[in-house]
Amino acid sequence: MTSLNVPLNNSIELSAPPSLRFENVEFNPFGHRLFGPCSFTLDGPGPTLVMGPNGAGKSLMLRLAHGLLTPTEGAVSWSGASAPRQAMVFQTPILLRRSALANLRHALAVNNVPRKLRTELALEALARFGLSSCADTPARVLSGGEKQRLALARAWSLSPAVLFLDEPTSALDPAAIKAVETAVKEFHDQGTRIVMTTHDLHQARRLAGDVLFLSGGQVQEHTPADVFFETPVSRQAQAFISGELVA
Amino acid sequence: MEDNAFYVALSLLVNLDASLYQIVVLSLQVSLLAVLIAATLGFPLGAAVALWQFPGRGGVIVALNALMGLPPVVAGLGVYLLLSRAGPLGELGLLFTPGAMVIAQVILVLPILAALSRQKVEELLGEYREQFVSLGMSRARMMPTLLWDARFALLTVLLAGFGRASAEVGAVMMVGGNIDGVTRVMTTAIVLETSKGALPLALGLGIVLLTLVMAINATAYILSEMAKRRME
Amino acid sequence: MKKTLNLVLAAVTTMGLAFSAHAEDYITLASTTSTESSGLFDSILPKFEDATGIEVRVVAVGTGQAFEIARRGDADSLLVHDTAGEKRFVENGYATERADVMYNDFVLIGPADDPANISAAKTAAEALSAIAEAEAPFASRGDDSGTNRAELRLWESAGIEPGGSWYRELGSGMGPTLNTAAAMDAYVMSDRATWVAFENRQNLKLLFEGDKVLFNQYGSLLLSEEKHPHLKHEMAAKWHNWLLSDDGQKAIADFKVDGQQLFFPNAQ
Repeated sequence: MTSLNVPLNNSIELSAPPSLRFENVEFNPFGHRLFGPCSFTLDGPGPTLVMGPNGAGKSLMLRLAHGLLTPTEGAVSWSGASAPRQAMVFQTPILLRRSALANLRHALAVNNVPRKLRTELALEALARFGLSSCADTPARVLSGGEKQRLALARAWSLSPAVLFLDEPTSALDPAAIKAVETAVKEFHDQGTRIVMTTHDLHQARRLAGDVLFLSGGQVQEHTPADVFFETPVSRQAQAFISGELVA
Repeated sequence: MEDNAFYVALSLLVNLDASLYQIVVLSLQVSLLAVLIAATLGFPLGAAVALWQFPGRGGVIVALNALMGLPPVVAGLGVYLLLSRAGPLGELGLLFTPGAMVIAQVILVLPILAALSRQKVEELLGEYREQFVSLGMSRARMMPTLLWDARFALLTVLLAGFGRASAEVGAVMMVGGNIDGVTRVMTTAIVLETSKGALPLALGLGIVLLTLVMAINATAYILSEMAKRRME
Repeated sequence: MKKTLNLVLAAVTTMGLAFSAHAEDYITLASTTSTESSGLFDSILPKFEDATGIEVRVVAVGTGQAFEIARRGDADSLLVHDTAGEKRFVENGYATERADVMYNDFVLIGPADDPANISAAKTAAEALSAIAEAEAPFASRGDDSGTNRAELRLWESAGIEPGGSWYRELGSGMGPTLNTAAAMDAYVMSDRATWVAFENRQNLKLLFEGDKVLFNQYGSLLLSEEKHPHLKHEMAAKWHNWLLSDDGQKAIADFKVDGQQLFFPNAQ
């Protein structure tokens, strides 16, 4: 298993975020073709929203990109000398049976942040996401929206150059959705590459810089947001946007 | 006769009989120490089996599960043959000492702690794995995190191990010799009194033993509920 | 968290210290359950310790296991009641000498209504024959102990091979065998000492005693220094000799339960 993260430095680089390239990537566990062959490059400013009908392979693509899965064929690569620091937020936030603060301190400890700095950084991250009052609350009793913001705070505290999000708001109420989207925009403004899946067209319209549209485990279209929503190129995307069920 | 036994148990407890006190203390020392050692070895072992794939992993899991039912007298016999002067570890002179009893009980308790912690850790791993990998944790690094996260369930596992240790008589009898004042514990004392036909006393001792174990379990439960309330 | 850890470490260390041999002045004596459960050791061992300062730690098991423990070098001294076995032990070189120490006797116990009418028998052989003929339930230890071997010798001398559903081999020590016999209302052969001290008699009574063949000799063995040089031979010799001395013999004779003397010293 390759390491996904490089030593932490405390500032997010404000130069261009690292580019992600898929070259003929396939994922065929047990001989079943689940994904690919797929080739694309994410080198624009982003945020990249990954869309497609259910079963299109959005979650697989994210996991292949992040390194949670290894491609059966082809290669996933990054620009730059070494692999960039990445973080991921899942549809259901995964938190330890500890307080919110302790969860953040744990993530920092795992990434070899010196003990003395951990509490400070953790409190900073909590504050940024409006969770200061929850610092000592057991993470698992927080509301859905608070939990997801905590997951984002955790990702933030690691100063990632790339942030993956897998349908982060599908289980949340409108107020929470707004808070998460604001947080994503903040990450983007700091120069983090955002790659996020969603099935919500309106959310995509709000957030996308470019759209990667998948169907049947293949890339059908990769276009800037305005192009995608006004004049989608692929038949599947057209059907998707107009609300038809895509085969 | 039942009334007799309860009365005996009560009078034993109330009078704080000196030899009884000594037997109780030794019983607790042996079993608690055995559980402590078994946990130090068994929890990491269980977690390791949960975390790593290796050839024969299935066999190890089956073996651990099966050894939960290892008959105490068999474990005692095995340890006796090891520690006997005629055996490989005879030089240590551990036979017929509390040390030998602890060793025998560690062997009995270890499979329980390892098998059950493996199951619990594997369960948690299913939930946490992707997030842990995402955070950059190596499998070794995951071990302490998972064990701590499982702490409430592992407390119950510890109590199961302690129950097994404090209840068994076959192993400690064999390797301890039930020597008066040296290796006599609650269970072997009960066997002795039974063999003398002093059944009310034997039953009374049994009630004392049960009360003790009950008290320990109650304390553990209360403490864990208090901690849980602050956690979930 | 750290404080608790320190506390635990302290507790474990104290326990560890408590476990190490706290007195080097002790010997391990392998003996039989009959001597232990009668209470003899509780009576005579303190006298020995007062005289010599040596603690005697008794591991009480069946005769067969006692021999095995001594053979393996796990005990410093041996006190059992199986003269033939003891002599073999010396012949095989595991002990340098054996000596008569004391005797007690076996008695025949049975249900109060005595269905086989053994209380009317004149010899042990007669009593056993009556039991076999009546096919009255008989509880045997069946554990190859000294008592069990003596019981089998008695059947042999009565010309009977015991078997059948009335003859129940339990594979147990004397105490558990008596418990089971009491529950089964069966006949049983016991050493007098265990019987006198036994508290769960229920319907059982002592029905036959006195025949000289029921005589049960105890012997002390001095274990071989050659076979097991690590044993505490000096202290074991002191124990062996004390048992045979006037003081030891008197201590044995002075031991009484309910006013009855249970063991009769007969060292030469």
